[in-house]
Amino acid sequence: MKTVESLIFECETGNYHTFCPISCVVWLYQKIEDSFFLVIGTKTCGYFLQNALGVMIFAEPRYAMAELQENDISAQSNDYEELRRLCIDIKKAINPSVIIWIGTCTTEIIKMDLEGIASKIEIDFGIPIIVARANGLDYAFTQGEDTVLAAMTQRCPEEESLNSQSDFDDNFKSNQPSLVLFGSVPSTVSSQLNLELKYQSISVSGWLPSQRYTELPYLKKGFYVCGINPFLSRTATALMRRRKCKLIGAPFPIGPDGTRAWIEKICLTFNKKPQGLEEKENKIWNELKNHLHLLQGKSVFFMGDNLLEISLARFLIRCGIIVYEIGIPYMDKRYQIAELSLLGHTCKKMCVPIPRIVEKPDNYNQIQRIRELQPDLVITGMAHANPLKARGINIKWSVEFIFVQIHGFVNVKDLLNLFTRCLHLNPSD
Amino acid sequence: MKLVYWMYTGPAHVGILRVASSFKNVHAIMHAPLGDDYFNVMRSMLERERDFTPVTASIIDRYVLARGSKEKVFKNILRKDKEQRPDLIVLTPTCTSSILQEDLKNFVNRASLSARSDVILADVNHYRVNEFQAADRTLEQIVRYYLLKAREQGFLKNQSVTTVPSVNIIGIFTLGFHNQHDSRELKRLLEDLGIKINEIIPEGASVKNLINLPQAWFNIVPYREVGLMTASFLQKDFGMPYILTTPMGIIDTADFIRQVQKNVNKLAPFFLKKTFDFESYIDYQTKFVSHAAWFSQSADWQNLTGKKAVVFGDATHAASITKIMVREMGIHVSCAGTFCKHDSNWFKEQVQDFCDEIIITEDHAEVANTISRLEPSAIFGTQMERHIGKRLGIPCGVISSPVHIQNFPLGYRPFLGFEGTNQIADLVYNSFTLGMEDHLLDVFGGHENKKVLTKLLYKKTKFYWTVESQIELQKIPGFVRDKIKINTEKFARQKNVRTITVDIMYAAKKSFTNNLI
Repeated sequence: MKTVESLIFECETGNYHTFCPISCVVWLYQKIEDSFFLVIGTKTCGYFLQNALGVMIFAEPRYAMAELQENDISAQSNDYEELRRLCIDIKKAINPSVIIWIGTCTTEIIKMDLEGIASKIEIDFGIPIIVARANGLDYAFTQGEDTVLAAMTQRCPEEESLNSQSDFDDNFKSNQPSLVLFGSVPSTVSSQLNLELKYQSISVSGWLPSQRYTELPYLKKGFYVCGINPFLSRTATALMRRRKCKLIGAPFPIGPDGTRAWIEKICLTFNKKPQGLEEKENKIWNELKNHLHLLQGKSVFFMGDNLLEISLARFLIRCGIIVYEIGIPYMDKRYQIAELSLLGHTCKKMCVPIPRIVEKPDNYNQIQRIRELQPDLVITGMAHANPLKARGINIKWSVEFIFVQIHGFVNVKDLLNLFTRCLHLNPSD
Repeated sequence: MKLVYWMYTGPAHVGILRVASSFKNVHAIMHAPLGDDYFNVMRSMLERERDFTPVTASIIDRYVLARGSKEKVFKNILRKDKEQRPDLIVLTPTCTSSILQEDLKNFVNRASLSARSDVILADVNHYRVNEFQAADRTLEQIVRYYLLKAREQGFLKNQSVTTVPSVNIIGIFTLGFHNQHDSRELKRLLEDLGIKINEIIPEGASVKNLINLPQAWFNIVPYREVGLMTASFLQKDFGMPYILTTPMGIIDTADFIRQVQKNVNKLAPFFLKKTFDFESYIDYQTKFVSHAAWFSQSADWQNLTGKKAVVFGDATHAASITKIMVREMGIHVSCAGTFCKHDSNWFKEQVQDFCDEIIITEDHAEVANTISRLEPSAIFGTQMERHIGKRLGIPCGVISSPVHIQNFPLGYRPFLGFEGTNQIADLVYNSFTLGMEDHLLDVFGGHENKKVLTKLLYKKTKFYWTVESQIELQKIPGFVRDKIKINTEKFARQKNVRTITVDIMYAAKKSFTNNLI
């Protein structure tokens, strides 16, 4: 607790570049295989998604825009009828197990009652409709996933269905209370994390989200839940308040230090003595020795856009890097408390000053600071990446952290690679 | 509401931003929620811009919804005015801000009293116009603003046209399809003809120079999507004639040059006591600089005669390419189409004698259906048609935006002028021969040899994959699955393991990423 208090938080103007939270559609439609995402918004939203999705859009994704026309804005058409018509079309064409409506800025401003309409249409023709308001008025980038998962917590069954897949924890049907992990990662990553916990004799009873909507984990009062990403504070809140689950507040399994601390915290909750974790972590640091040597004393500046910044900075500091500034769109100190205190401890351990944490940063001011500080690496969005590079500053495109596997022990090298490559520090070069 | 999977044109504000950020020292402030500044990413990535895109957002958040954004917009305008001292600040509404119905005009008036820069509000209805129309309108708005202001202040009174023939080129701008190269080619062409370039707008132009526009003898609008409004304003208010023919292809380039000649000869006798004749220039360029005319006569090209093609794109490019294919290359255009619905009459009139059918739509599925029904040998379209072609196994040449980064080439690739004819001939020819090669390969057994080879290489040792690891393998996306499998088995062979478990898979992954570092 003490270390958290000694961290300094600042707040700027919020004039920064980030992705619109509807971008969560990009990875969530791939994760949830039987879903369909309908973004209810304007051409602006569609244009963003189509360009951000890049080549993925041509693979006929299970997502579409419900593009609002002038008569929708001026309430000359009936929202219910319009949405019903589109959902019937989608059901006919694709027949998904669930349709997820993404509310946007426009639906907020014209106060379209998406939740109300959804529940009617759901009854009308029997397809689940989940409403998530992932708009740029309230949220940034990855928080989009948070709003979707928070809405999804309501759909997790209360009883375990008979045909549910729980074979992997059959062996462990012990007295351990159930543990559900939340956060969207590729299934290989979730298998890896399951396996890490299995080594500690802890079984994971499910993931939110699951690979298919029909396989959402069941949730009961008293279940333990634990997040794997720092931007899931609404989901955590929903799980605690609405589903009466107990949240395990742990640092996030990013980097070997984070992964170890994450597993240890879960072990502690379940009264298990961690087995071989320290050796495992040390072994990884040992394997990384050559690279860490090169990283010693390098400096990094996070402009902030995806909320992974605290965890990544903590990992980099442990690698021997000095972090000047951690920009971050939004800081939930309660949800991230364990991660923040690990950051504090790591700084102390590595004998480096604690970086300033800047909430809602101002990109213009940050660029002035970057000019002064001349960091070795700036982690930033694509809008500033090329111009900074043209001014002789090394950059790392921050969006990649969302699309590269960075969780757990297995992916540490991939994670580190992202940084060393930008610093041109690869020994093989 | 409309169910939309893909759009050929962007929202209106993208058009405004493209015009604003093409000018030198003009800053655009978007009145928009967080994340709407994606334009900056596109410009930085596609154009590989070295400078910061002069676009910032005045963020609309909950606080703004409750209180109104008056103070915020006002403050942001003055802040940019101070920080970057632009000549002009363009307040850009977005679809979100337009439904808030705040009196942005009033904010602009207030801010322009205190700011050193000029401040204007881009006057565009987001629900009625698309990217192109908004760009067209904004360019006209900026030109009109500066010219009328100058006229009011009496700056234009003693201004006369240049003594040597000169032109303005209107409509070259950022993120335009091959615009930079086209601009260079046009400049070269006009220089060859002895014509001075007065101003090129908006790309690289300064708003301070806009008052020089009326000094040119006439205007050139290379693409009809953007620039036409400005040209007709200049014609109405300043009596400047303009040329709207796109100099794309041999025939239209010649036609363009003849129109230039006509326009030049209106004033040349008066200023220079002579007239210009460009016929010998056209003849020389067509025969010796452009190889397209000869190429389409050559033996190789005969194979292409009568081949079927489908053309789709913006009005300018789709119409020009259709005419080139039919008149200059002897290719049969089964269908020509455009997504520029607002300009459909012009398009129909242009291509109706050159193709079997015409399609005017913004729906890519309709285009895809048409293509699969007509089964052409090649497609000439946008990025979307390229992918439709991929799915149907039909080669595609990209001739119009929307495009991706590979269509912002670093090399010199104009579509206009005589060098443009060479580029287009290459593009068309290569698209067709690729299709032929592919066809022949299919006939003679295709590319199968590769598969046989890998099979032979990895036959030696048998591995047992456990059920779990097989499941795990299935989770890996198809296009890399084989590689992962081969790598894992390679790793297992090194370790002398015959049974592949999930652990082995991860260990293999780790060892391979290790090598990558």
